[in-house]
Amino acid sequence: MSHAVVNDKRPSTLRGASLPKWSPWAIAAGSIALAVVIGLAGGLDSRAQWGLIAGLLFLLGTYGIAARVEGRRQAKDRIATALVWVAFLIAIVPLASLIWATVQRGTKVLDVYFLTHSMGVVADSEAGGGIYHAIIGSLEQVGLATLIGAPIGILTAIYLVEYGRGNLARAVTFFVDVMTGIPSIVAGLFILSLMLMFDMQPFGFAGSLALAILMMPVVVRSTEEMLKLVPNELREASLALGIPKWRTILKVVVPTSIGGIITGVMLSVARIAGETAPVLLLVFGNPFINTNPFEGAQASLPLYIYQQYSQSAGSTAAYDRAWAASLTLIAFVMILNMVARGIARWKAPKTGR
Amino acid sequence: MDISTQKTDQAPPPTAPPTTTEQKRAARGATRPGDRIFLGLSRGSGILLLAIMAAIAGFLAYRASLAISKDDANFLTAFEWNTGVIPPKFGIAVLAFGTVVSSVIAMVLAVPIAVAIALFLTHYAPRRLRSPISYVIDLLAAVPSIVYGLWGALILVPQMDGLFGWLDEYLGWTGIFSWDQGAPRSMLTVGILLAIMILPIITNVSREVFRQVPQMHEEAALALGATRWEVVRMSVLPFGRSGVISASMLGLGRALGETMAVATVLSPDFDIHASLLNPGGGTFAQNIASKFNEASEFGRDALIASGLVLFVITLLVNGAARAIIARRKEYSGANA
Repeated sequence: MSHAVVNDKRPSTLRGASLPKWSPWAIAAGSIALAVVIGLAGGLDSRAQWGLIAGLLFLLGTYGIAARVEGRRQAKDRIATALVWVAFLIAIVPLASLIWATVQRGTKVLDVYFLTHSMGVVADSEAGGGIYHAIIGSLEQVGLATLIGAPIGILTAIYLVEYGRGNLARAVTFFVDVMTGIPSIVAGLFILSLMLMFDMQPFGFAGSLALAILMMPVVVRSTEEMLKLVPNELREASLALGIPKWRTILKVVVPTSIGGIITGVMLSVARIAGETAPVLLLVFGNPFINTNPFEGAQASLPLYIYQQYSQSAGSTAAYDRAWAASLTLIAFVMILNMVARGIARWKAPKTGR
Repeated sequence: MDISTQKTDQAPPPTAPPTTTEQKRAARGATRPGDRIFLGLSRGSGILLLAIMAAIAGFLAYRASLAISKDDANFLTAFEWNTGVIPPKFGIAVLAFGTVVSSVIAMVLAVPIAVAIALFLTHYAPRRLRSPISYVIDLLAAVPSIVYGLWGALILVPQMDGLFGWLDEYLGWTGIFSWDQGAPRSMLTVGILLAIMILPIITNVSREVFRQVPQMHEEAALALGATRWEVVRMSVLPFGRSGVISASMLGLGRALGETMAVATVLSPDFDIHASLLNPGGGTFAQNIASKFNEASEFGRDALIASGLVLFVITLLVNGAARAIIARRKEYSGANA
């Protein structure tokens, strides 16, 4: 009966009844308000629960209202839209919290003193000290890893794009793909097994070797993509002038795509700079400043964060230092990322997308 | 003259093979010394990569065999990890269980949300928001795992109390969600943290796939009067299915091998627990990181043996993901 009544009220056009444009916002506001009421009344102390309840109410409310007014198909469409939005918001919350926590807690002890002093005379549970030794260790290990990993990666990519035919190239392509998925700790264990064999003590360069293994496949993939973007006409023009292939590659192909190649290398540097596991196994950590990566244990930023967290028995000073080091590390990685993307945009080959 | 040579080329004449080899030699251009050196260098790097992969497998297997041969317990089924006693007893059953459970939780949580975000970015978000959000997700993929670990241990864990109490109250009867009020440093928390960590990579690859759905398919569905959801269900999702599967497996590979985030959050023991909410259990990578410092040389060999198992598992998962991607070459997820 009620269905007929609704039908009579509807204006006689071909368009079905539809909710006004502001209705999703209204439903969202209503469900958030209701969730707050439920949360307060039920005495739920976790804000995460409030959010989940609000999300659930939003979905149910959207479906119920849309099904009554617009019909089943429209209601399904609306609930899909609502679901997608809720999923997006659910994902944003932890990520925003991560950034917020790092910035808020990290700025507590982050100053020039923190950046220029080591932990040499400071116990892990005391306040004071800094990350100077860790920064030096990180820069040396990552720098050496880049010196090894980047040339091998770039040369492999050149081989795959410019020469690669047949079984060897196919095998290399496949194993490069598989290699991108090697857990960092396995790369660390590999170098460790070598060190056990030659009875060596932990030192910085061992970490660099593991990081280089992690870096190579990433460099190969990104360089490959960039070299493929270089138009064949350029290669043909150069070869037609009688220039040998290797000079064509070095003077024409690589310079054309150099922006993209540098971007790829920088992104991979950003990735290995945050690796902890291989450094933990191979470099061991050291509260003192050790500038020689070829002898003796070193520190590194990610390892410093882990050790401040795990070896300090819950001291607030150590946690503060861990957050400050995290902020430094994130800032380093983000700056590398942004500069890399800037170079990519600035030096993009004109034929690119 | 021209026509006749073409005809003889099409048939298999005795004169054809020499010309093709000559062409090949000319095309290769490997006659000049500079060319030969450069080709040697670049091919050498490719071969070096293969050699490294082989060496990883070989050396891990060698050290693992040293450890396993002295293992007094069954390496695959034992519920303990005592490498210091004589005879040593250790097994990977608990680690395998924990690794699988935490990764499965992460996948169950992350895949639907990542697919939804990918759809959001390609089909639902206001156009102005799309590129900034994609940019933010790219950056989040770059946040180091140790920072996720620190955040998980100090921020996420205290937040889990409420959720765990609620799960225990309403779903505790299942046994899986029962909770003894311990610190929530359990498999479920690890799974949630891993889900957050692998979200960006699954989103990135899925987004690339959804972007490549032919415009015509979507327009055809719209012209038939389909709603936006029906367009997504009938044209976007079927087209992107294999891509989403391989994206998920890439994420699974990350979750399986994640070390620091698990090591900071989990409070481990060497037992299999039915409840996901009570602390305990362990994963391959976490066990290596937390046992390493106290381990003797033999203990390290034993850890290498468990690392070998992890290596084989991730190799299989990634190989499968790549095989699925290779069927559709256009969206290789390797850059993500």
